[in-house]
Amino acid sequence: MTNLVTLTRVRMQLALRNKMFFFFSVIMPLGFFFLYAGVFAKGYPRAVSFFLGPVLALNVMGSFWGLSATLVMFREQGILRRFHVAPVSSSDMLASSVLANFVLTLPTVVVILLLARFVFHVHNLGNLVSAAFFVCVGTVAFGSLGLVVASITNTMQETQVLNQLLWLPLIFLSGATMPLAYLPKMVQGFAVFLPATYLVTGLQQATFSSKPIHELFVYFFALVFWAILSFFVASQLFRWEPETKIPRNAKLWAAATILPFILLGIWEHGNGKMLMEAQAAYRAISSPDNGATQETPKN
Amino acid sequence: MSNPILLVENLEKRYDDVHAVRGVSFSVEQGEVFGLLGPNGAGKTSTIEVLEGLRVADGGRVSVCGYDPVKNPTELKHEIGAALQSTSLPDKIRVNEALRLFASFYKRRRSPDELLKRFGLEEKRNAFYSQLSGGQKQRLALAIAIVNDPKVLFLDEPTAGLDPQVRREIYDIIEELKSQKKTIVLTTHYIEEAERLCDRVAIVDHGKVIAMGTPRELKQSSANTTRVEVRLAKPASEGRMKTLDGVADAREVDGGYVLHCQRTAPAIVSLVKHLEAEGNELVSLEIATPSLEDVFIELTGRRLRD
Repeated sequence: MTNLVTLTRVRMQLALRNKMFFFFSVIMPLGFFFLYAGVFAKGYPRAVSFFLGPVLALNVMGSFWGLSATLVMFREQGILRRFHVAPVSSSDMLASSVLANFVLTLPTVVVILLLARFVFHVHNLGNLVSAAFFVCVGTVAFGSLGLVVASITNTMQETQVLNQLLWLPLIFLSGATMPLAYLPKMVQGFAVFLPATYLVTGLQQATFSSKPIHELFVYFFALVFWAILSFFVASQLFRWEPETKIPRNAKLWAAATILPFILLGIWEHGNGKMLMEAQAAYRAISSPDNGATQETPKN
Repeated sequence: MSNPILLVENLEKRYDDVHAVRGVSFSVEQGEVFGLLGPNGAGKTSTIEVLEGLRVADGGRVSVCGYDPVKNPTELKHEIGAALQSTSLPDKIRVNEALRLFASFYKRRRSPDELLKRFGLEEKRNAFYSQLSGGQKQRLALAIAIVNDPKVLFLDEPTAGLDPQVRREIYDIIEELKSQKKTIVLTTHYIEEAERLCDRVAIVDHGKVIAMGTPRELKQSSANTTRVEVRLAKPASEGRMKTLDGVADAREVDGGYVLHCQRTAPAIVSLVKHLEAEGNELVSLEIATPSLEDVFIELTGRRLRD
């Protein structure tokens, strides 16, 4: 336990001295926020509130960039093996990554909420308890995804390619950039299989539609389950040594992490509640009386 | 020789198609400095990494401080210290932070401030790891290696890649640890390191121990090989000198020639005859006592640093 605490503290210090961390955890989320709130929402409080969910989701999801890159760099440079020869366990190493990232993500979330409240005059920030639940589980879940990425790639280059491949669909097909209701039907059909969609929708329902957490528990528990599964897979595939080969079944293990969302996606397809809720939220801001000047969705 | 603190029996280690360690056995007594001497790729690092619990052996039996590295890795790691090869620390960690971080992992620990002072890192205590010179990084690695006051200290090529002055600094540190009766296992491909620091040396080649003993014993065992250093008036062919009667190996060093002779007298006779025939002249001739390098050449027919 003390190992975990000291490692987490040092990992936080190291992250704060790292420029890449600042970019992905501070500059990028705030950049997205000003882009969405200032440009897309044109500063209208109700529209800003609509985009709060997606922006917070982007902030939370960005976790996996830094986590995967740091872990791979530590392995490549032989830093991990130095820890391995000391009485440090792989779970100390992994949990401290997730924990340090978690603590460091929260201030940006708070800053975004404060900016929304005091700069963009969003008087109703929705159900902040629900939002807090989603921020917490999202940060841990996407941090763990970063650890899985680190465990199935060998070099920093491979890691960055895989990160890009994950990042683009996660932000473009989940409603984190374009509102889910605005996306083509086919993309919506695919979106229900992405964990990011549940995070975006959950956060949006919490902040924009003020839903309490018990009305969002399906999304929440899907993310909790995914976080646990991803962390478990990452701990099974963890490698201290740069030249240790990835086990042959590693990719299968990694693929197993998407299983909960395949099941949930199939269930959503039958049920369709999430898409309906997203559409309702979208209609709420795109109708003229709410001031935002978005086009009405075609469907 | 009754109660070894470290025991290795028939150790085997394979990587895919490379059979790195082939049945290595040795034991180390408490307070002893034991060296594994051999060329790069001889299996020294693989052996030591199995003992440290970093790699799993493919065969044989290993015990360090009474622990099996596979069965009791955590207990083992509390008792050992290690300066690894090809390792690093995060660029942006400060010297002081690194030492404190590693100290925090152990039950038994030494004062980080005292270690900083002793390893001459006090002025650098707030420097980032990336700002340290090679010698400073190695001194920090040694300080971290003994932060838990280990029963057995593993040093894998502690002076590789360091310039001679820094190397002497590291020797002084190791000699100080030796005077405190620390048990040390070190690997090296530097002859002078093994001769100067080790109580006993195992010469390792192609994954096997080919000779073991105190440096003196090893050199005595090769008493039938002498090193003859000659300077000639005109350059001569290395290849031709190797074929002289009684000569095992010949090479050019600093404009002179070093001959390893199995039989000294016939070698000198044939050398003189050869030079006469070539119209060359002997400027100087010196017969030196054998070094561990000569032992290695005698055993393997190769030089250590090839």
